[in-house]
Parts: sequence; C-alpha cells; structure tokens
Amino acid sequence: MTRGTRPPMPEPAPSIVEETNENAIALKEIEGLGQAQIVRRRFFRHRGAMISLVVLVVIVLLAFTSVGFVIGDWQVGGWWQYNWVTAVAIENGGMPTIDFARFTFGNHPFGQDEIGRDIFAVVMRGTQQSLMIMVIVGFIGTVLGTVVGAVSGYYRGGIDGTLMRFTDIVITIPVIVIGAVLGRTVGIAGAPVLALILGAVVWTGLARLVRGEFLSLREREFVDAARVAGASDGRIIFRHILPNAMGVIIVNATLLMASAILIETGLSFLGYGVQAPDTSLGKIVSENQVAFATRPWLFWWPGVFIISIALCINFIGDGLRDAFDPRQKRMPSAKNMARGNATGAAS
Amino acid sequence: MATAHKTETLMQVTDLCVDFWVDGTMYPAAKNVSFEVARGETLAIVGESGSGKSTSAMALLGLLPDNARTSGSVKLLGRELIGLRPQDLRSVRGKDIAVIFQEPMTALNPVYTVGFQIVEALRTHFDLSPTEAKARAIDLLAKVEMPNPAASFRKFPHQLSGGQRQRAMIAIAISCDPVLLIADEPTTALDVTVQAEILDLLRSLRERLDSGIILITHDMGVVADMADRVVVMKDGVAVDSGTTLQIFESPTHAYTKALLAAVPRLHTATERRDAPPAQVSDRAPALSFRDVAIEYPKRGRVPAFRAAEGITFDVFPGETVGLVGESGSGKTTLGRAAVGLLPVKEGSLSVVGVDITGARAKGLRPVRRKTGIVFQDPGSSLNPRWPIGESIGEPLYLAGEAKGRDLDRRVEELLNQVELPLSYRNRYPHELSGGQRQRVGIARALALAPDLLVADEPTSALDVSVQARFLELLQGLQDRFGFACLFISHDLAVVDELADRIVVMHRGKIVEQGAKDAILRNPQDPYTQQLIAAVPVPDPVAQRKRREGRTAK
Repeated sequence: MTRGTRPPMPEPAPSIVEETNENAIALKEIEGLGQAQIVRRRFFRHRGAMISLVVLVVIVLLAFTSVGFVIGDWQVGGWWQYNWVTAVAIENGGMPTIDFARFTFGNHPFGQDEIGRDIFAVVMRGTQQSLMIMVIVGFIGTVLGTVVGAVSGYYRGGIDGTLMRFTDIVITIPVIVIGAVLGRTVGIAGAPVLALILGAVVWTGLARLVRGEFLSLREREFVDAARVAGASDGRIIFRHILPNAMGVIIVNATLLMASAILIETGLSFLGYGVQAPDTSLGKIVSENQVAFATRPWLFWWPGVFIISIALCINFIGDGLRDAFDPRQKRMPSAKNMARGNATGAAS
Repeated sequence: MATAHKTETLMQVTDLCVDFWVDGTMYPAAKNVSFEVARGETLAIVGESGSGKSTSAMALLGLLPDNARTSGSVKLLGRELIGLRPQDLRSVRGKDIAVIFQEPMTALNPVYTVGFQIVEALRTHFDLSPTEAKARAIDLLAKVEMPNPAASFRKFPHQLSGGQRQRAMIAIAISCDPVLLIADEPTTALDVTVQAEILDLLRSLRERLDSGIILITHDMGVVADMADRVVVMKDGVAVDSGTTLQIFESPTHAYTKALLAAVPRLHTATERRDAPPAQVSDRAPALSFRDVAIEYPKRGRVPAFRAAEGITFDVFPGETVGLVGESGSGKTTLGRAAVGLLPVKEGSLSVVGVDITGARAKGLRPVRRKTGIVFQDPGSSLNPRWPIGESIGEPLYLAGEAKGRDLDRRVEELLNQVELPLSYRNRYPHELSGGQRQRVGIARALALAPDLLVADEPTSALDVSVQARFLELLQGLQDRFGFACLFISHDLAVVDELADRIVVMHRGKIVEQGAKDAILRNPQDPYTQQLIAAVPVPDPVAQRKRREGRTAK
C-alpha cells in the first residue's frame, strides 16, 4: 500500500475527532510520528549512544582508509605511507612518535615493533579484521537466532522442543573449545571463515529471547485477526510478529557484536584465531606479550581500540534499548521543570 | 445515604491544578478542581478517560510522576498536603489516605502472600510484633468478609478469585483505619455479581470506619448505587457537581446530560418496551452450534480444560444474538470457535452453511472470507507496526479481492463506512483513541462483507459516550449489510440495546436462551435472575430499591 500524499478528500463527521485519547497528554510527545520515527528520535536524544556512534564511525573510516584494504582481488590503497607487513628502519628507538603536548604525529605515531613494522599500520589492519569479524558474526548470529527463535516460539510443541534442545546442546559447548578446534583448521583460510564458524555458535542467547517474545506476541489479538483474515503462517511470522519483536532483536544483535569482538580477541590471543601473516587486534596483543616490560605501546594501542569498539557498540545497544522501550518517558531536568513553571501552562 | 446534619470536613480541595511537562511545554491535566469530602460521605468523581479524574485523585497523595506540577490547596483535616516534604507525605499515605486500585492482580505483589502484604502495611505504620500483626491481619480479612480468613492469609494473589483479590486489596487499604479512602475504579475489572458484593462491602465499611470515600468511576450505575455527591469532570475541568439526586434527576450542565443519555439502560419488567416483533427467519442459520463441546488441550502436566459443553444455538442472517455471561463462562471461547480459531471437540458447528467441525486450515478458507471478528481489546487487536489502512486492507489483499489502486479505494470506502476521516489510513494505532481503534476493528471485520460478524466485548474498553456511538454505528451497518451478528458481552444493558435474542452462559453451559424480552424481563433460571438483579441501574432511587430487594432475598 502506498503511503504517499493523495488528493484531499472530504472528511466526514467532525464530531468523532474530538474523541479524547486515554493518555492524550503523554502522546503529545509522539504526535503524528510513526513507530520508526519515534525510535529514531529517542535514539538521537541518547547522548552516550550518539557520541559512541560518531566514535565508531571515525574508527571504521580511519581503519579502512589509512592502510587500504583487500577484498579478493580488489585492492585499495590507503593514505598512510607504511603497510602492516614491511619492516622499515627503526626510528626513535621504536617509541611512539605521537606527541600530544605539541600535537604532532611523527613518522611512527604508534611506534614500531622490534623488527621495524609500523604499529599504526598493524593496528589499523587488526582493527579492520576485528570489525569485519564483528559484522559477520553479528549478522549470522542474528539471522540464525531470529529464525530459530521465531519458528520455535510460533509453532510451540514438538518443533519448539526439538529446536530448544538443539539450542541447549550448542550452549553447553564452550565457544572457546569450538573456536580452538575449528579455528585452528579454518583460521588459515582467513578471518571471514573464522567469523562464519563463530556466528554459527553465538546465536543461542538471541534464539531464546526471540522465542520468548514470539510466545507472548502470538497470543495478541492482532495475530488472531490476521489468522481470521486468512494469513499464512509465514506471513504472520514475518510480516506481523517479527516487526514487533524488532526491538529485542536489534538490541541483542548489537550486544552480540560487542561480544564477538571480545571472543575473537580471546581466540587470537590464545593462538587459535586469525593466523599469520594476517593480523587482528587480539593477535597483536598476543604476539607482543613478551615485550610488555620493554615496549608497552605494542600493548596499549590494540588494547585501546578493542576497548573503544566494544564500549561504543555497547553504548549504541543501550541507546537502542532505551529507544525501543515504549514505557520510556522523558523526565524533565530540574532546570527544564523550572523553566516550564516560569512559562506557565500551555493551553 | 446523604447525611442529614453537616459533619466534619475531612478533605478540602481548592483550585487544584495539575500540569504535565512534555517535551518542553506544560500541558494541563486538571484545571482549578475544587471539592470537599465530609466524614462518612462518598464523593464520586465521574468522567470519561482522559478527563483528569485519576490524575486529580493521585495528586491528593502526591503520587504523580516527576514531570507533573501540582498547585492549589489540598487540606486533610486542616493540614495542607501540597508542598509537604516527601517523607511527611509518606506517613500520610496508607495511614490517613488509602487507595484501592482498579486491577487487584497488578496492584498486589504476586510473589508475596496476601497476609504478608497486609502485615507489611500494618508494621510500616504501627509498632507491632509479627504475631500481633498477623492477628490483626486475619482480623482485617474477616472484616472484609474474606471466606476463611486464616487460610486466605497464607494464599498468594493468583490463588484467589478476582473478587477475593479486591477484598484483600481493601483489607490492606483499611489496615491503618484511614480517614479517607480513594477507590480508583474499584469494580471495573469485576463481574457484575462480584461488583455488587464489593460495593456492599465498601458501603458497610464506610459506616463501620466512619471515613470518607472518593470513588473514581465512569460507571453511572455504580455512582447511583454508592455516591452521596458527584463531581463530573471533562477535559480536566470539574464541569458539574451536586448531590447524586440532583445530578441524576435534574442535571444542569450539557455534558452531564449527554453523559447520562449515553448510558445504556437495562429496562426492567415494569417499563417493558414495545420491542419489534422477533424476526423468525426461515432461512438457513448463519451460525449453528449443535451440542458443541470445546476443550483447551492438555499442555504438559496441565490437564485438558473443557471450556464449553452441550452448546446448541443458532444465529440467523440479519439478527443479533447477545451471548452473555461472567468471566470464565466460556462465551469468548464460543466466539473464537465460530470464526475457526478454536477446534470443536464434540458435536457439530456450521458457519455460513459450511460444516467446520473437523476442518483444517484449507477447509476453513471459504469460511474465513465470510466471517469477521471484532476483538475486545482495541489496544491489542491492531498490529502496532502497521498503519491502519494496511490493517484494514489485509483481508482484501489476502482474499485476492483487490490490489494496488483498487485496494486503496476499497480501504477508503471502508473508512467512510465506519465514519473515520480518510487521513487516518496512514496513522498508527497508538495515535488513535480506543473508540477509533474499535472502528478500525469493525472496518477490518467488514472488509469482505461477511455473512457473520462476531463481536467479542467490543465496547468493554470504551467510554459510555463512545460506546453509544459505536453501538449506533454497528446497528446502522447491520441494517445496511444484513449480516448475522453474535454479540458477546458481560454488560446486560448493552445487550438490551442491541440484541434480538439472548443466550446466557454460566460455567461453560447455556443456562437459558430466548427472545430478549423473555430473558431480561422474565428470567426463569435462577442464575439469570441473579445476574439481572446485580446490574446497578443509573438511577439512585430505583437502584436503592433494587439493592434493598436484593439484600432482602
């Protein structure tokens, strides 16, 4: 159905418009807005989430433009003069040349490792890999979790039992063990394959949540109404119930992505994740752990990026959670309340 | 029972204003409301939803959210409550002013026993040992006429029936001998027979405790039954006030008149209406139950539950059959079975000439196109993520009747039929009021011009004036399209307005069925008689007579 503008029609019986809504005042804030618009507005108002979104975008841009990236045969060069494999002559004893006091970067802002590779380039490449793994894991985990949860919650009974016991089995296997066994064998094939494997084991929590959501939504009367109208099961699941469960799914997808970053870091640190010559944030930390006392910057930079990314994603998830919560009501600050008192009531 | 001599004023409210801060602007919810309550008196605050009646009452206790601003004066026994420090206000709440909420299931904490919650209220305000508090609590449960108080003390809210829960709630409210009791729609969630019991209880408590009651309600019958004086509110303003007799006999304000006119009345035997001759149709019934039993299948350890048994009745084209009964009587179950949402366990059920007794999804398809259902809760029956135009158009789209431009045109036509502006088609359900949403529900149900419409308590969530308009609309549409209508309701007065024939259900069985006048004016079954006697009529004098007649029995 089109939602565009249409020619003005004569509007019947003005008397019905004056019908008062139960919570007319509370609705003033969202007057004339669709569901998506309300969520967007609430999200933009969440300061932490907005800052995190900006920081995350900056990190993504920095990681992908600085050293360039390779997708299959397609190579894109970056603006940074070094890459993450070539060693160059050591300057400044390998110490970071970035100077916050004088605001200069120098040749190797993040320093160099013992063989002379530029750490900025290495960290940027690591960030790229970690981000890519995060996105793939998030996507696969979300799709799998949603489908399993939706089918399980909608059909209940035997299908639900089977799917949930299968979920239980997947939950009981520690992610680290699966990662260690499979990661070793497929890790050599590159980070995307590793991400696929991880995505195939992290969907369980989301499946449980979506199932719960479906169990309660399927009892709502609009689902019965759709059934009476003759809607098929697929239509009810995907067109009717799923949009109503979107809040839970989006929020948990972001949390899933934050944990994906940490899982990848942990696996790579243990040596089961991304394999050399490629690198990831966890792998950088692991490679340089022996140099902790002598070259601490080899540690700090990847650490800072791991923490920033995980924190940003969590904040964004938090902002989305608040935005999707229908019971969320904005309370005025003391200052705003006082201003409201001063201006008096609008009538 | 208006007190003849002027007694002590318990609460004096002058110029109470409540404003809410929303997005930088203050919106008024109550404007200059003034009233007073004397000892032993019941003041009813009446109004439709959004009129500010609950907001005003909660403002007396300082129980409003942080974005509310209250001004004016509220004096309890001469003590000013507005501007009191939170900790001082807290000692007033519960002890001097107590509240009975609308929905006892949500107002009681489900993880604690009823006894625990009464003891908690007692020990917050009095210095009592646990054993003393327990004795007092059991005493209170006896006072509110709870069956077997000592056993009920140890029960959890879910183990009690709705009426018993409300009694427990009242026991908590009166635990500290409050001077003022605020009852916020105390009987709205209850069946009529239970409502009558709870109102009797409140009346006797008022006499025993000698406190004042502020009764917030939209039910004029309850007002006529309980109140001494009435304040009528509309859009945050107290538009009318006076003694109950004044308000009912000679209302002065236009809104009060309109409100009273909109209240559906259950006509008593003496004022028998000249009913149109019952149309005895020789056409095939649109809906026919033959000895039907419906079961909810067993799930895990929960055994199967037989919700209805031995059901036999017909609905003929063009007539409205009212299906009445209290909650749990199985009336909604029958409605859902009639549109194929629940399978029939025994007997046979045929809808628009098709036997759907054992039909599966495929067999139901031809029936789906000829039936429509309007659900009870307008908040839940529309998909919140869809603009209403899409909800209305879905049956048409799925039946393959219309697509694209044609579909748009049909949706516009339907919106016209239910008297909604065309611009509403792109709005979302949350932007509409309950009555408007229910109109959308009808439009969707009528999209395929069905032969049978099932209306499952469509007006129970609506205000009286909205309800009146809704019923008119439904009747108009039925005259025009001639569908058969199964109207499910617990409200006998509404059924009296609308139905040609009535079926009364009790505990899953039909106890009585027949023409409207026969059932309502000359009931044979004792349960039907009890049901009719319990309905409060919106007329204080007549209601007192009815009440006395009932208690005399």
